[in-house]
Amino acid sequence: MLTNEILQQRLTEKFGELVYNFEQPYGMLTFVTDRDNNLKVMNFLKESEDLGFTFLNDLTAVHYPDQLGKELAVVYMLQNIQAGLRIRFKVFTDITHPDVFTATGIFETANWLEREAYDFFGVNFVGHPNLIRIMNVEEMDYHPLRKEYPLEDQTRIDKDDDMFGR
Amino acid sequence: MSQKQNIQLPEGSLGKQTTTLNLGPTHPATHGVFQNILEMDGERIIDAVPTIGFIHRAFEKIAEHRPYYQITPLTDRLNYCSSPINNMGWHMTVEKLIHAELPKRVEYLRVIIMELSRIADHLVCNSVIGVDTGAFTGFIYVFELRELIYEIFEEVCGSRLTTNIGRIGGFERNFSELAFQKINHFLSVFPKAMKEFETLFNRNRIFMERTMGVGGIAAERALNYGFTGPNLRATGIDYDIRTAHPYSGYQDFDFSVPVGTTGDVYDRYLVRNAEIWESISIITQAVKKIKELDPSVFHADIPDFYLPEKADVYTKMEALIYHFKIVMGETAIPAGEVYHSVEGGNGELGFYLISDGGRSPYRLHFRRPCFIYYQAYPEIIKGSMLSDAVVTMSSLNLIAGEIDA
Repeated sequence: MLTNEILQQRLTEKFGELVYNFEQPYGMLTFVTDRDNNLKVMNFLKESEDLGFTFLNDLTAVHYPDQLGKELAVVYMLQNIQAGLRIRFKVFTDITHPDVFTATGIFETANWLEREAYDFFGVNFVGHPNLIRIMNVEEMDYHPLRKEYPLEDQTRIDKDDDMFGR
Repeated sequence: MSQKQNIQLPEGSLGKQTTTLNLGPTHPATHGVFQNILEMDGERIIDAVPTIGFIHRAFEKIAEHRPYYQITPLTDRLNYCSSPINNMGWHMTVEKLIHAELPKRVEYLRVIIMELSRIADHLVCNSVIGVDTGAFTGFIYVFELRELIYEIFEEVCGSRLTTNIGRIGGFERNFSELAFQKINHFLSVFPKAMKEFETLFNRNRIFMERTMGVGGIAAERALNYGFTGPNLRATGIDYDIRTAHPYSGYQDFDFSVPVGTTGDVYDRYLVRNAEIWESISIITQAVKKIKELDPSVFHADIPDFYLPEKADVYTKMEALIYHFKIVMGETAIPAGEVYHSVEGGNGELGFYLISDGGRSPYRLHFRRPCFIYYQAYPEIIKGSMLSDAVVTMSSLNLIAGEIDA
């Protein structure tokens, strides 16, 4: 029976110092790896017979403006469907050169999810076959889910509701 | 187009053998805002490029600026064919974050509502496959039954489509006697009508010819594409969140997970129908189980998060304080990251929530099932006829609101 502890052990055996910050928030094993290793870790989790994380559950990005040099996190979540076990790992990248290798070669699922992360956060997935915006218009020149952008466009002049402090 | 045609094209004209066709975004057969730029060779599709984002409303950004309880109405508008499942999924995510224990009765009441919305969702999807293959009758027929479900929602929470049903910690009010009467009425009339619906389609020659072997996908590809829900189960993989990661007391119920074999339109249709029958069984069990529980319980005892009774706010000091704290966002919320998923009408609806302890989420990501599996659409329809592409699209249960979030 596959458990978080076995998983952690297998990962540290294989990658040693390259995987770190193991946690189990709300029961899900979570760890961090360097951005150059994301595909190696993913391949290991997917292809190892005894692990079998053959399902990419989710992929998204998070922006932490206060972590200098590691502003953007890309979060992967994989699942072993037979064992009903999920695992999450993150890679951090700086915001000036947010280059992360694409997972599209391993999971087709990653294609649109990476496009979404690119659209919202500007993560540059190196090697992605079609890295263009997915939700927003092509002409947009910023990545709206980054924390520096307020909810509403502050330059709008057609709304006059000073009363409510917008 | 292998034969050289005896037409002399003028110098410089395009020697293109295929036609580019825009299917959508407002084509009536696409049931929502879906655009596909098709490359056609006669009636046959060579390539398809789906464009999405026409009704993108930036829910993830809006959610970062709203207190937790105000995010529920956003989830309504994801898969609006089964809003209650989305609402409950969100409530459960927050409850997981704050470690709230729910009474059994609340869980079972939620199960009833969620299974009712699953039935409503599947009815829409399956009957629309009928419409797209030329049979309008079934659609009109089951919508009468769907109406009964919506009346139950109306009785429980006051609204029908975008329900905003329940609160973090339970329901905003107890189920009335009338609500249970309506549920029982539905349980008594629905099976007969459902049988008739199945009789209309299941062995219908035209329907079978139009759907069997159309829009199929192999299990391995489906898994690689991140399929979930009935579309994955139609390929033969029995992955159902209700059994794989039980939530809201689903482990107390006796039900099976129907699977298909070929993963084509007909199998998806059959799997959904079989699931409707399982849902009816789950609701029946839940109604029975609830009778043995204290009928006055309809929310958890978490005063920090659950708004107190309005009458108490005016008369009791404590209730007033809690009311103020909740409304002003002064409640302490633990920091942490949590993922919770529910079995939505069309697949695994997940909520990835990162809380930094503030009144609104630091980051909230919706794992929308049909956003993820819609990317397989070009692969599925390549080489098939245009009319098959339309049927395939409706059988995938694509909801534009959910794709675009």
